[in-house]
This record gives sequence, structure tokens and C-alpha cells, in this order.
Amino acid sequence: MVEFTPRTTDAIPPAEVPDVELYHPHSWWTTYVFSQDAKVIAIQYSSTAMAIGLVALVLSWLMRLQLAFPGTFDFITPEAYYQFVTMHGMIMVVYLLTALFLGGFGNYLIPLMVGARDMAFPYLNMLSYWIYLAAVLVLVASFFAPGGPTGAGWTLYPPQAILGGTPGGQQAGILIMLFSLILFIIGFTMGGLNYVVTVLQGRARGMTLMRMPLTVWGIFTATVMALLAFPALFVAAVMMLFDRLLGTSFFMPALVEMGEQLSYGGGSPILFQHLFWFFGHPEVYIVALPAFGIVSDLISTHARKNIFGYRMMVWAIVAIGALSFIVWAHHMYVSGMHPYFGFFFATTTLIIAVPTAIKVYNWVLTLWRGDIHLTIPMLFALAFIVTFVNGGLTGLFLGNVVVDVPLSDTMFVVAHFHMVMGVAPILVIFGAIYHWYPKITGRMLNEVMGHFHFWVTFIGAYLIFFPMHYVGLVGVPRRYPELGETAFIPESVHTLNEFITIAALVVGFAQLVFLFNLFWSLKNGREAGGNPWRATTLEWQTPTTPPPHGNWGDRLPVVYRWAYDYSVPGAPQDFIAQNDPWPNKPVVHR
Amino acid sequence: MAIAIVLVLVVAGSVLFHVLSPWWFTPIASNWSYIDNTLVITFWITGIVFAAVVLFMAYCIWRFRHREGSKADYEPESGRLEGWLTVVTAIGVAALLAPGLYVWSQFVSVPDDATEVEVVAQQWQWSYRLPGADGKLGTSEARLISPENPLGVNPEDPAGQDDVIIEAADLHLPVDKPVKMLLRSIDVLHDFYVPEFRAKMDMVPGSVTYFWFTPIRTGTFEVLCAELCGIGHGFMRGIVMVDTEEDYQAWLQEQSTFAQLSGTEVGMADGGTKK
Repeated sequence: MVEFTPRTTDAIPPAEVPDVELYHPHSWWTTYVFSQDAKVIAIQYSSTAMAIGLVALVLSWLMRLQLAFPGTFDFITPEAYYQFVTMHGMIMVVYLLTALFLGGFGNYLIPLMVGARDMAFPYLNMLSYWIYLAAVLVLVASFFAPGGPTGAGWTLYPPQAILGGTPGGQQAGILIMLFSLILFIIGFTMGGLNYVVTVLQGRARGMTLMRMPLTVWGIFTATVMALLAFPALFVAAVMMLFDRLLGTSFFMPALVEMGEQLSYGGGSPILFQHLFWFFGHPEVYIVALPAFGIVSDLISTHARKNIFGYRMMVWAIVAIGALSFIVWAHHMYVSGMHPYFGFFFATTTLIIAVPTAIKVYNWVLTLWRGDIHLTIPMLFALAFIVTFVNGGLTGLFLGNVVVDVPLSDTMFVVAHFHMVMGVAPILVIFGAIYHWYPKITGRMLNEVMGHFHFWVTFIGAYLIFFPMHYVGLVGVPRRYPELGETAFIPESVHTLNEFITIAALVVGFAQLVFLFNLFWSLKNGREAGGNPWRATTLEWQTPTTPPPHGNWGDRLPVVYRWAYDYSVPGAPQDFIAQNDPWPNKPVVHR
Repeated sequence: MAIAIVLVLVVAGSVLFHVLSPWWFTPIASNWSYIDNTLVITFWITGIVFAAVVLFMAYCIWRFRHREGSKADYEPESGRLEGWLTVVTAIGVAALLAPGLYVWSQFVSVPDDATEVEVVAQQWQWSYRLPGADGKLGTSEARLISPENPLGVNPEDPAGQDDVIIEAADLHLPVDKPVKMLLRSIDVLHDFYVPEFRAKMDMVPGSVTYFWFTPIRTGTFEVLCAELCGIGHGFMRGIVMVDTEEDYQAWLQEQSTFAQLSGTEVGMADGGTKK
């Protein structure tokens, strides 16, 4: 046990800027629909993201059915299969994960956790959601367009993405996809500026940057990264639109399609890949960093122990964010770029493993000598560590350039990125929903359904993706609707594929139970009270639950300590809220 | 509690699966056993780390689970422990990176005696071109592609006349001779992938990419496309046969040169005269 003397504060100086009056809605429409309240916008973002995520989940079932039982389902033609692959990937990465972490959790948690009344620019925030919704609707429209959605793979690599051999390439599919992405980026930029400005300018008195909960650090850093990374995708999308519609050749060299000379010439397909992955790799961390932050807070709260090495955790988040901008070409080791790039990008990629490993150590060390409550949020947090460590370690295979050569474009890659940026962040999302649902609704989620959901999701997802690595090791390429008669693929791989598909269907079913629980508990959940987890952070200290528009009633909170004062020696209970002045009562100048 | 047991089972199950699973690399047929070795080293290091982290977690969950009256320690940080862990991790990462970069430097250094073989991909078939008697491939260009000249070989280039053209048929390679595969695509991205050779590389229209390897055993190997290239991607297959020198020469005798195919010259693949 370390020596501990609680720090005392004598007086809090007056606020630098006066409290502002928010725009108060006058009607049902402006309260619940065109709302400027970040909490309502958060729920709108989350509901939309989960709805479109459900579409992507169904698409994954269809893909798995095709892979396990090729030829059984007539409607799953190769065209349809590639359309499912593309839409599943793009929806999950951009329209679900990015939108849910930043638009959903960012909007709900940033103002509450830093002690602000709302986002810095509430009107812009509202606009951000409606543009996001438009992007989703445009994306959905591609299912009904002639020729259907694009089947170019979520990476949309030209030339094939805009040529006739790919579904939607010469029809509306690819245009709708690019248009939807452009809308998404515009909407996200509006929200993202808000999150950054609110964290930098909207914090309560006493909430220094190094007192912020790691959730806020994760979302903040991810947002800064997204503001820097998405423009690369934006220009790539605009240039591809020009290539497709105006006949420019940014990405198109001289080529012959199906025996016909096309008029393109001089462009570079690899340029697109550089732009795409300059966005695409930071994107992995745009999803991962909020998950890192949230899981830190879940572990600390439910283990009743301060997060171990807070300062190191903050710097690790910042270091990962910075490094993630110089590793992008590890997605391109076999793209035909200059082979000497391999030395550089393999080195940077493996260096990023160091701050990432530190985060894992500190999560695990937080458990050491904790008082671990195995609540459902905690179970999801623990499961996250397992899947993230697993997926992170297989990243060391794929990042280490020469090991990537045989494995790239095989099912090993599919297994790796699903484990590390599919399963792991989704487990955090679930944990976070079980954790914050009581604050959002005032009621606890049902525990029986919660346990069922947890166990099936965790064990099931592991059973899907762990064996899949070995399918890739055999050499099975990704993005094949069927394997056909292939000499090097033994019959047992087909059996394994059937097993994986059954596991996927079961895990998918468990998500329906979760969705049902979300609705069921709204009315039937146990009353939660204001702070059911006895947590320290500000969102649990609001005067009423759910927090009203403006969050804090008359007086903004004043912050006296960091977010992790759990089990402090000598304290009256096993947590001290951030706005609790214990052990003395300082004078607060208004 | 259940979660602690499950975490132990996850580790035990993963290790057992790895050891018992029949699913592993296809038997290698090239010189790139270095790649396999680097992969095995990576499996060992990452496997140990995975087991250590998850088992430690399971122990913590069991040992420090909440019981009536239990209280957590207050321990904000430990610079020494964090420093040590950082150093050990950095060493582990270096131990992975060093062999990786060493083998990569071999992978990108083509030996001088490697024979050039060109692979030309299009939706959705494989064609090939061998340098012919002069040992040099003629220049080529997408603009020259026509039904009579499917690979776009430059008819003005004397070095191209004796090039052996293998359109949409099997490729044969002599065993134990290093080859530099020059990769071209005439339409979209493709990737020349033979699992037994371990090496692979995308083919990009507008440029020529490459990799090299030495086939070390004779046999028939399947070529797959490993870069999504449209609806026929999964069906874009081909065959590479690695032959003994005699079998290879016998096969080569039966092939036609560019000059023969374009009707400008009569000659044999192994000794066609230049125009």
C-alpha cells in the first residue's frame, strides 16, 4: 500500500467566461426531431447506425451461407456476393463503427464528461446528424438502383470499381457509393469540429486536460485523426467520380477492357490506394481509440481501482494517433509499390505495437489487486482485451512485410481485421451500452438477456474468427464466392466453413436478443438511480437522470480531481466523484 | 468466476487447435522457406504473449474478484514497471522485425541469373510470354493490343519477335532455375498467386511489377487471382507446371513465337531468326 495524502484545494477562482444560455426548443419537433441537444443527437446517431448495422449483419449471414453452402442459394450470384461483401464492409467500418463511436458516444459523453452544457455549436451538431442520415439513405438507395449497389469491395480499387466487369461499375452503384461517402464526410466534419472545440474550450472549471476521463481522450484524439484522414478519402472519391463521369484519368492508365481499347491513359491505380489507405489506416484507430478510452473507464469503474498509469495511457493514445498516419502502406506490401517502401512501413507498423502493448498491460494491471465486480459491462471489457490482444498479435504477422506476402489477400486477413476492428470494438460498444444505458434511460438493461447476449457473442465470435485464420493459412483467398475444385484446399476446409457459418448465424441471433432488450428495458428495466455503478466521472453526478437539456441545472460542476479516485485510502466510500471536494470544502467564487 | 474459467479455456483451446488442426500451409514448392520460418517464429512469440496476458487476466479475475468487504489497492502508476514492460516489448518487437526485414531484403533482391517470365492478366484469364532465344523480352504497350496481338507486343521491336507467346494456356517452368516473374495487367488489378510458391504480387495496369522465386520441386500447381478483379475473380484460375529440364525443353519446342503468330516470320521457338 502506498503512502497517500489527499490533496486539498482552498479556493476555486471564478469562471473565465460566463455560463451561456442554450437555445430552448419550443415544440415537440425541435425537442425530439430537429433537436440541438447533443444527447438527443447522440441517440439519433446511434439508432441510425444500429439500424444500418443490422442491414450489414444480414448481409454477413448471406455471405456466410454462400461460403458454407455454395450453389444452394440461387439468388446469391457472384454479382450479389460481391455486392454483399462491399456493402457489409463499408457499412460496418464507416456508417456503423465511426458513426456510433464519434456521433453516438462522442455526442452523449463529451459534454457530460467534461462538464459542459452542450456541444460548442449545437446547430452545426444537428446539421451533422441530418447529413449523416442523408448519407445513409443514399447508401440504402443503391440497393434499389438499376444494377444494384457497387460490388467493388469496400476498398473500391480502380480501375475495376468503375468498369463493366464489376457490379455497379458502369451503372449507378459506384456513383451512389461515392456520393454517399462525400455526404458522410461533410456531415462528419461538422460533428468532428464540434467535438474538438468542445473538449478544448467547453470544459468545466478544474477539468484540466490531464484530469479528463480516458473516454474523452480516446474520442478526442480519434476525432482529430478523422478530421485529418477523411479529406484523403474525400479527394479520392471526387477524383474517381471525375474519372467515371467526365473521363479524366486520375487513377486510370491506358487499358483494354474485354478486347476494347478505352480512352483512359496516364493515370495511376496505386495513387488511389495510397489516398485510400492514408484515410483507411487511421480509420482503424479512429474506431480503436474511442474503444481504448471507453474500456479503460469500464475496467477502472468495475474493478473499483484507478486506471493504472493514466499519464502513460494518455500519451499512448496520442502516440498511436500520430504513428497511425505513417503506417498506411502496410496494406499495400503486395500492391506493386516500390518494394523498398516495405522496410519503412514494416518498421513503423511494428513500432506502433509498443504503445498499443502498453495500453494492454495497463488494463490488465488495473485488475491486479482490484475489487473486480463481474458486471455485464466488465465482462464485455474483459472479452475486449482477449479479442483485441488476439487480433493485435496477428497484426504482427501481417505488418511484418515478408510474412504478409503469403497471407495477404487470404482469409487470414479477413480473420485478423474482424477480430481486431470488428469484434473487439463491438464488444466495447456493447459494454458501453450496458454501462451508460441507465444514465440515458434511467433504467438498467435486463441482466438475464444481457448474460445470454454476452456469452453467445464473445464465445461465438471467437469461434468464428479464430479458426478462420487457419483457412487463410491453408491459402484460401478472400473475396471468393466459392472455392470450387481446388487441389490444395482439403475437404476439411469446407467442413470448417460450415462450422463458421453456423457460429455466425447463432451470434447474429444473439444480437436480436440485445436489440429486444434495449426496447424491453425502456419500460421494464430496474430503476437505476443517478449513479448505479458508483462511478466518479461527471456524467453520473447530474442533478437528475436522464440529464435534462443543459445537463447541470443552475450550476455548472466544479472539478477537483482526476477521474479515477476509486478505493482511495481514508475516503468515506470506495469512490470520490470528480466534483467532490473531499477532504475539505473550498470556497468557490462565482 | 465463469469468465476466469472461460479465459483459461480460450487459451487452452487456441493452443490445442493450433497444434491439432490439420490446416496449415500447403507443402512449399519454392525457395521461400525463409518466409515459413519467419512465420513460425512469429507464431511462437505471439502465442506466448497471448497465453501470458490472458492467463494473467484469468488469475487476476479469480484472485481479486469482489467479495464482501474486499477493497482495491490505490496505485496510480509505477514508472519502473511501465519502463520495464516497454523495454521488454520493444525487444520482442525487434526480434520479430529483424528476421522479417532480413528476409524481405532477399525477397526484393532478384539474382542476376534469374530468367524473366512475363505474366499477363486480363479479366479473367492468364497468359504468359517467355523471352525466346535472345533471352530478352520485347517491349509492349496496352495501346498495341488487338485480337491479332493479344499481349500488345511491340512489332517494331526486334527483341520481341522471338518471344514465346502462351495465350490462356498453362505455363511451364524448369525446376531449380530462379525466375523473375514480370507481372502485367491489361485491364484491372489482378494478383498472381500460387500458394505453394508463397510469393505473390499485384498486377497493375500501366506498370510492370515483379517478384522472384526458384521452384524446388516438379509438379502441377494452381494459379489463383488474389486481387478482386470483378465478377469472374473467383474463377480466374490457371496452371503452372514445374518440369524437369528435358520435359521443359520438350514443352518449349511446341510453343509459338510472336513472329510465328503474327505471320511475319517462320521460325522455331528455340531459334527463331530476327526480322
